[in-house]
Order: sequence, then structure tokens, then C-alpha cells
Amino acid sequence: MLTNKIIVAAIAACFALNTAQVLAADMLTKLGKGEGQVDIVAWPGYIERGETDPSFDWVTKFENSTGCKVNVKTANTSDEMVALMNEGGFDLVTASGDASLRLVAGKRVQPVNVNLVPSWNTVDKRLQNAPWHTVDGVHYGVPYMWGPNVLMYDTRAFKKAPESWSVVFEETMLDDGKSSMGRVQAYDGPIHVADAANYLMYHRKDLGIKNPYELNEDQYKVALDLLRQQRKLVSRYWHDAFIQMDDFKNEGVVASGSWPFQVNLLQADKHPVASTIPQEGATGWADTTMLHADASHPNCAYLWMEHTLSSNLQSDLSVWFGANPSVPAACTDGRGMQNAAGCSANGLDDFEKIRFWTTPVSKCKTQVSCVPYYRWVSDYIGVIGGR
Amino acid sequence: MNSPVGVISPGRQGILRRLADTLWRRPRLLLLLMLALPVSWLGVIYLGSLVALLVQSFFSIDEFSGLINYEFTLKTYRELLIPANLDIIVRTVSMAAVVTLAAVVVAFPIAYYAARYARGKWKAAFYIGVMLPLWSSYLVKIYAWKLVLAREGILNWLFDKLHLTWLLDAYLSLPLIGGNSLSVSYTGTFLVFLYVWLPFMILPLQASLERVPASLLEASADLGASAPQTFRHVVLPLSLPGVIAGSIFTFSLTLGDYIIPQIIGSSRLFIGQAVYTHQGTAGNIPLAAAFAVVPIVIMGVYLWMAKRAGAFDAL
Repeated sequence: MLTNKIIVAAIAACFALNTAQVLAADMLTKLGKGEGQVDIVAWPGYIERGETDPSFDWVTKFENSTGCKVNVKTANTSDEMVALMNEGGFDLVTASGDASLRLVAGKRVQPVNVNLVPSWNTVDKRLQNAPWHTVDGVHYGVPYMWGPNVLMYDTRAFKKAPESWSVVFEETMLDDGKSSMGRVQAYDGPIHVADAANYLMYHRKDLGIKNPYELNEDQYKVALDLLRQQRKLVSRYWHDAFIQMDDFKNEGVVASGSWPFQVNLLQADKHPVASTIPQEGATGWADTTMLHADASHPNCAYLWMEHTLSSNLQSDLSVWFGANPSVPAACTDGRGMQNAAGCSANGLDDFEKIRFWTTPVSKCKTQVSCVPYYRWVSDYIGVIGGR
Repeated sequence: MNSPVGVISPGRQGILRRLADTLWRRPRLLLLLMLALPVSWLGVIYLGSLVALLVQSFFSIDEFSGLINYEFTLKTYRELLIPANLDIIVRTVSMAAVVTLAAVVVAFPIAYYAARYARGKWKAAFYIGVMLPLWSSYLVKIYAWKLVLAREGILNWLFDKLHLTWLLDAYLSLPLIGGNSLSVSYTGTFLVFLYVWLPFMILPLQASLERVPASLLEASADLGASAPQTFRHVVLPLSLPGVIAGSIFTFSLTLGDYIIPQIIGSSRLFIGQAVYTHQGTAGNIPLAAAFAVVPIVIMGVYLWMAKRAGAFDAL
């Protein structure tokens, strides 16, 4: 009898041990020693070590204090990031909302134990449980940066800031006496369908759009029709930030959805542009640092996640990229170069007006079923092709 | 040391010597050994990687997570044939055909002059003139063209100075080939393609025209043929291999290019861009591979037709 009990206890212990191991493999519960390096997939300009401009450096100090060498692979689009993560060999990715859920669905990223990130509590409350990185209450990452897709306009063609996105969707007579035909641009990515939906949400209440990323067939069709109408106004879609800036300078483009990044650079170049968030609100991006499912340097990765929230990174990156910190205190507490006025210029106060990029999925919350992302991809190629 | 010398010497001692003897006696083995490396390069690395790519086109992609589903399927090819993708194929093939025809028309007089009349330093000047654009960076040339064709660019300025802006505007208001400015129209894309690939047409054409004997042209004239008749019945047929060789270059290069239409044009995709978007950024390697099959099939059909037309008979 005694032996039996011992055996049962031993088996139970084994099971318990196994479960604990499974949990440990699922999510780190305790930080160990750094592994000496961390490999990150990031947007260009997101991780600076003072090589582009010596005053923008948020890597060197981290490397010196933790001994984790930071290796960065830049990617230009969300789709590229997903592709790189699918290939593997990376620990972290700064994924936008239109990539993050795809990574979770593809099991390319693992849950993050926020207890191991001491500065988690300083993160903007509105971002802590954001749906683009929190699935069924499980956090799959730590918020990094966010920003709006602003309407950039040429101040010679607009006497005052345009009040509506209609300038890029409908032919308008501009203040310089010429039509907007051929002088506006739009983003060359399927996620732009959401900008059309956002516009319709305000102007066509009868369609009942609740969320520009959750469209049923009828709403989607109207959005595509709006984009087909836009195709007539647009001579070239923008894909590369620098080509867009060239088009504003040499191609007579006067209005387009854009990022604060281009606005800041063009203004620095004394080109007469300004930006605004019109009455309909705007779409925007909110990026999350996510941990690869098979990360080979998890300890360094956790240390980096903490570093992104607690160091000068949030503040200085906000200045560098024209984005907003996920830790609101970074705007004011002087940990870096950013100040309250700078954050306001980047759109910090417009948080409520912004509908952040999320991957459209068939099983959506506000409708019975929605048009999924892959349809957005092929249909948007068709719209640009004139179909 | 005074061994008798026979008709066939006995084998020598030592590994290297034996090896040398064996190779000398079996030239085929020597040939095989020497060719093994380059042939395996061609077979394994060159064709093998191509086959690996093409095999991908029979897989499919999970539409949401973007992971590739490694099971044989024709789903990707069905996807290739949806109207939006067919548009891309038709657009690219038409552009390649027009660029090729225009390249023949522009290159012929240049090549003819170089082959028949240019001598000495003019010949050198011809070669430098044709080759010079090939020596500078491809990207620099395209960005330069973007500035030439832009709305605030050099061409517009020139038309303005000549008081011909109305002419340019009238041209740009034409459907299909027009647009808001030259740099965002098909015309712009066409001009840049023509400029960038022209040397690839001129050089083979010039080589084939040089091989046309002058005596044949004189004979044709002696028999009373007019210049156009001589051109049609003598020069053109004899230079056809050069035209075909050049057109293979211009046609296939246009089919595959993805940088020119991205920088100059109206954002409508070409095959090369579709491959780039699907493979490089969307991670949809199956569809990218299926798109990559299209130019291969088209070039196959093209070469077959060229052969039927007798283009290779003179080779």
C-alpha cells in the first residue's frame, strides 16, 4: 500500500513537473542571465545607436549595462515583417497592428509575462490591453510607439487646413484655382481601404460601419467604389516615404495621407507643407515589441522590452520619428529630448480620433462576418490597376 | 634503365604518373572531370534553384497567418488567373512588345550607320556612345529620368519655353497613354524602358548587319531593285537573327523589370513588381513563383514562334 502511494505521488509529481515545464516553455516566469545578444526586426529608424546622428542613441547604454549586443534587421512593410518572422532566427519584432494578429494566429510569437517588465505600469492605460496585441486576455507584447496617418497638404494650395479627407477622395476645387485632379496621393498598401471606410463611417451613417477594419460585403463594396473614384484623382500611389517627398516637390502633389516623418523632413527642407487630422479622424499605427515563439535569447529580449519603456528611448525616438511614446511620462519627465509641445505636435492629444491599424479578419466583433485581409490585398491591387 | 621501348609503353610507377597515364589514355574521363564542376554549377545551382522556385508555385498560402501550406495544389494558378492578375500580365506583355518594336525602329538606323559607314574614330565614338549608359548606375539613370519627365521637370520647362505646353497637355489628355504628367503615365514608363534597353538591341543588330556582304547590296541594285526593295528583300532577312537576338533581350528584360515601373508610372503593377510584392513583402512565395512562370512560358512561346518564322535558320 505504501509503495503504491509512493508511486502515485511520484507519478503526480512527474505530471506536475511536466505541466510546469510546459508553462515555462509557454511563458518565462523568471529572468535568467543575458545570452549576450538579441536580434530584432524593426522599422527603419526605430533602433538607433548614434550612427545616423550621434545625439540619437538608445542602444549603446543598453549594451553596456546588460552585455546584450543588439542586432537589427530593418523591414519596410508589415508584410515583410511577417515574412521575416515566419523565416525565424529573430527574437523580437516591432510589429504594427496589421501584422501583430497575423503573427499571433501563425503562432510565430509567444505570450509575454508582463510581470517581468517592471515598467509595464507606466505604459499608457489605453494601450495596455489594446486588441492588436492582447488576445483573450493574454499579452503578446509590449507597446512601443504609435502615431497618426495625418493629412499632409501644400499650404500654397490650401489657405487653411482642409477640414475633411474629401480632398483625397473627391474632386475638389482648391484655393489656387485649380482642380485636385491628379494632385493627390494615397498609400500604396491594402490597409488604405480602412481610410476609405473611416471616411464613409462619418459621411455615410446609413452603411452602419462601426469599425473601419471590420467591413461586411456591402460596406466593403462601397469602400472599394470610393477607392475607384480616388484612383481617377491619383496619378501615383506612394510607397516609399522619400519618393512621396519628391512627388510633393517636383510632381505638383498637394495633398495626401502621410506620416509626421515626411511632414517634419519636408518642413525642415523649407517646403511649404503642413499637416492636420480632419474631422473624420484618421487611421494610425501602434507598434508592439513582440517575442518570437522560438526566441533563442529570451532573457536579453525581456531586458530590451524593459529598456524600451524605461530609458531615454521613448522620448528620443518620439523626436526622431515624429511618433508618440507609449509611456506618456516620456513627453514630460525630461528623460530624453521630447517635451509636451513636441508630443502634441506629433498628435498625442488626438489618441481618441485615431483608429489603429488592425488586421481585418473574417470573425469580427461588430458584424456577423467580415471581409478578411487577403481579399483587401488582391482587391486593392485590382483597384490600383483600374478595375 | 635500358628497357626496350615497345609500341605501348608499360605503365609507369607512382600514383601521379599512373593518374596522368590513365587520363591520357581515356580522354573522355578527362573531359568529364574537367566539365563536372561547371556543369554541376549550371545544373544544380542555376537550374536547380529555378526548379525549386517553380515547385513552390504548386503550394499554397494560408491567407491569414501567411504560412505556406506544403501540399500539391493548383489553387495558386487559379489565383493567378483572376482578372486583376490577368491585367498585370497583359499590361506587362503589351509594354514589352511595344518597347521591343520601338527599340528595333530606333536601333536599326543607328546600327546600320555604325556597321556600314562609321570608320575609325567615329566607330569608337559609336561604341562609347552606345555603351556609356551601361556603365553608369541603373538607378541613377531612372531617377534622372524621373526629374526629366516630372511636372516641374526639364521637358515641361522646354515645352513651356517653346510655347508648346498645349501640345503636351493635349497628348497627356489622351486616354491610356496620357496622365497627369509624363512621369506618371505609361508613356513615361515606355520612354525609360526604351532608353535603358536600347543598347541591348543596337549591339546584336550591328553585329548581324556587319555580316551582310556589301556585294549583295550592289547586286540587288544592279538588278534594278529600289532602296526600299533592297531593304525588304536583302538587308532585313539577313539581319533577322540580330533583330531576334536583340528582341529577346529587350522583351525579356522588360518582362522582368520591377524598378522602372515602380518609380516612373501610374502605380499599376507589372509582373516583376507583382513577384516582388508577393514574395519579398507579402511572403506569398507560391503566387510569386506562379507569376515567375509567366515570363518563362511567354519567352518559350516567343522563341518557338521565332523558330517557326525561320529566325534561327541563318545562325
